[in-house]
Amino acid sequence: MGKAILEVRDLTTKYITRFKEDVYAVDHVSFTVDEGRTLGIAGESGCGKSTLALSLMGYYFSPLYYTGGQILVDGRDITNMSPDEVRKNVLGTEVAYIPQAAMNALNPTAKIIRFIEDVIHAHDLKMSKKDIYDLARERFEILNLPSDVLQKHAVELSGGMKQRTVIAISTILSPKVLIADEPSSALDVSSQKLVIKMMYDLMRMGYIKSMIFITHELPLLYNVTDNIMVMYAGQIVESGTAKQMVFDPVHPYSKGLMNSIIVPEEGTRDVKLTAIPGTPPNLKNPPQGCRFAERCKYAQHLCHTSFVTMRRFGEVDPGLLGGEDEGDAVAERNRAYRCIVPIHELKAAYAEEDAARRRDKEAVSYE
Amino acid sequence: MSKSVLSGKGVTKVFGLGDKKTVAVDHVNFKFSKGELVSIVGESGSGKTTLVKMILGLLSPTEGDIYFMGKKRDIRTRKQKREYWKGIQAIFQDPFSSYNIFHKIDSVLMDCINMRGGSHLPRDEKIKMITEACGFVNLKYAELTNKYPFELSGGQMQRLMIARIFLLKPQILLADEPTSMIDACSRATILDMLLQCRNEVGMTIIFVTHDIGLAYYISDSVYIMEHGKFVEHGTADQVILSPTADYTQRLINDVPKIHAPWDFAKVASTVSAQA
Repeated sequence: MGKAILEVRDLTTKYITRFKEDVYAVDHVSFTVDEGRTLGIAGESGCGKSTLALSLMGYYFSPLYYTGGQILVDGRDITNMSPDEVRKNVLGTEVAYIPQAAMNALNPTAKIIRFIEDVIHAHDLKMSKKDIYDLARERFEILNLPSDVLQKHAVELSGGMKQRTVIAISTILSPKVLIADEPSSALDVSSQKLVIKMMYDLMRMGYIKSMIFITHELPLLYNVTDNIMVMYAGQIVESGTAKQMVFDPVHPYSKGLMNSIIVPEEGTRDVKLTAIPGTPPNLKNPPQGCRFAERCKYAQHLCHTSFVTMRRFGEVDPGLLGGEDEGDAVAERNRAYRCIVPIHELKAAYAEEDAARRRDKEAVSYE
Repeated sequence: MSKSVLSGKGVTKVFGLGDKKTVAVDHVNFKFSKGELVSIVGESGSGKTTLVKMILGLLSPTEGDIYFMGKKRDIRTRKQKREYWKGIQAIFQDPFSSYNIFHKIDSVLMDCINMRGGSHLPRDEKIKMITEACGFVNLKYAELTNKYPFELSGGQMQRLMIARIFLLKPQILLADEPTSMIDACSRATILDMLLQCRNEVGMTIIFVTHDIGLAYYISDSVYIMEHGKFVEHGTADQVILSPTADYTQRLINDVPKIHAPWDFAKVASTVSAQA
């Protein structure tokens, strides 16, 4: 596909608490977002989704500190810039960030056009008021927003309109990456769809090159994004295409997460929802091995001491598992069963429950 | 057909007067039977919460009557209200504002027992009951004792709310968006507990939500509300899988699904039509 717009390598950021304790909320995170692609980040509350979004801006302020790694926006590293430089040359023009509940932060005493003037003046662009107004009106019309919104105050707008206005304001300088943190969680379903549609339009028309979408609503994520990344306790546990992650997740945590999906479609009532027991670990002193081991029903003692990497069963060379004549049968089995703990000294653990459930399903469908 | 626990005839609420009046709930009829799990679904501003407040007796209807246990409800005096609230209880959207911040968890739960006429019981007995209720919602009483509600997480607070309901054992539980402020993982736990509550205690649960998927998953029958009116009602399968009202169809259409993803080219036409 296209070239990488955002490349993150081993990014680590920490919070320093009042008691001078380090909390690594983003821990060695690496990923790439290609041009024209949307990346979704999923996870429970407190898993570090929003901190990751904050860190990606390259603009750190107390109590969030940068400790290591690189963020390349279109090939340029933004981590070694001074805060002023970041504010002038990165925010708004390269990376735009829409925080959670941004629509509630619009100053009620100012007209919408004032915010757009603010954005443009903050980047030292010499533009007359008339030029700014024309630019804003043109952009608003393209995005199906009525242009009289510009002369209104924030309190006169409905929730969905406010959110769409916020998105339009933050992308007025055509940034390369748009990071949206829960852009639609406070809206009802029809305005949510319009907001998403607008972000999609921005992408299609080339005003933004790629998008990072953060939400805990998984069906929404599935509809909006190309790739989904699941975060847990500051680390990425699994990533893949949206389809793969929703219908065929590998990691026990992603599985648990995908089990909590509720949609108004046939079959929803037949599946019993299962919650993941327990709570996420305290990041002040994170567990030594796999961070999910405490809550994982497949955990083995190895998981508690060292970090095991996840691997899809099909990725393992089938030749390693059986004789040549068995090859096909093994490959067939690989597709049906999924490996939970990767091969360690050629011992494999199967998710027996999963296999059993699958067999049941198959039996039902054959009937 | 089992007996109806709660029903309403022509329930109406009007806010304001003259030109400025808003009809929040408009001549609504409903009938909830014992042990039923009913969902009321509507977007923001459709009058769900006003209806809930009227059912709870926090607002009085402008017009219409509400019948509780077959009799016309009369809650004009404070004493009558207290009696009424023994039979009907609620869980609200925001767990953080549902508790009195000056009361410890012990006293919150102890009050529930006293309210059900258990004030004469010895303390040991009460603690045994509380421990049982906490166990029901997967909380450990030993960890909660001497704590204030704000020391818990949102999901734990909502679970504690269900523990209260378990102790009070009302005939009707009104759940006003109990899961909208907690994340998807703890949501499953809360829903599970509500279902268990229904099955074990046999209470009627009125589940108010804007999430039609949630309503489909949990409820026996569904009421769809638009602009203060019920536009459609029936069993969950009926309403969600073969909706008849335009509003229901649009609502279901706008919810993100996983087996029929959105086609953004089609969304474009709806946007231009609305603009």
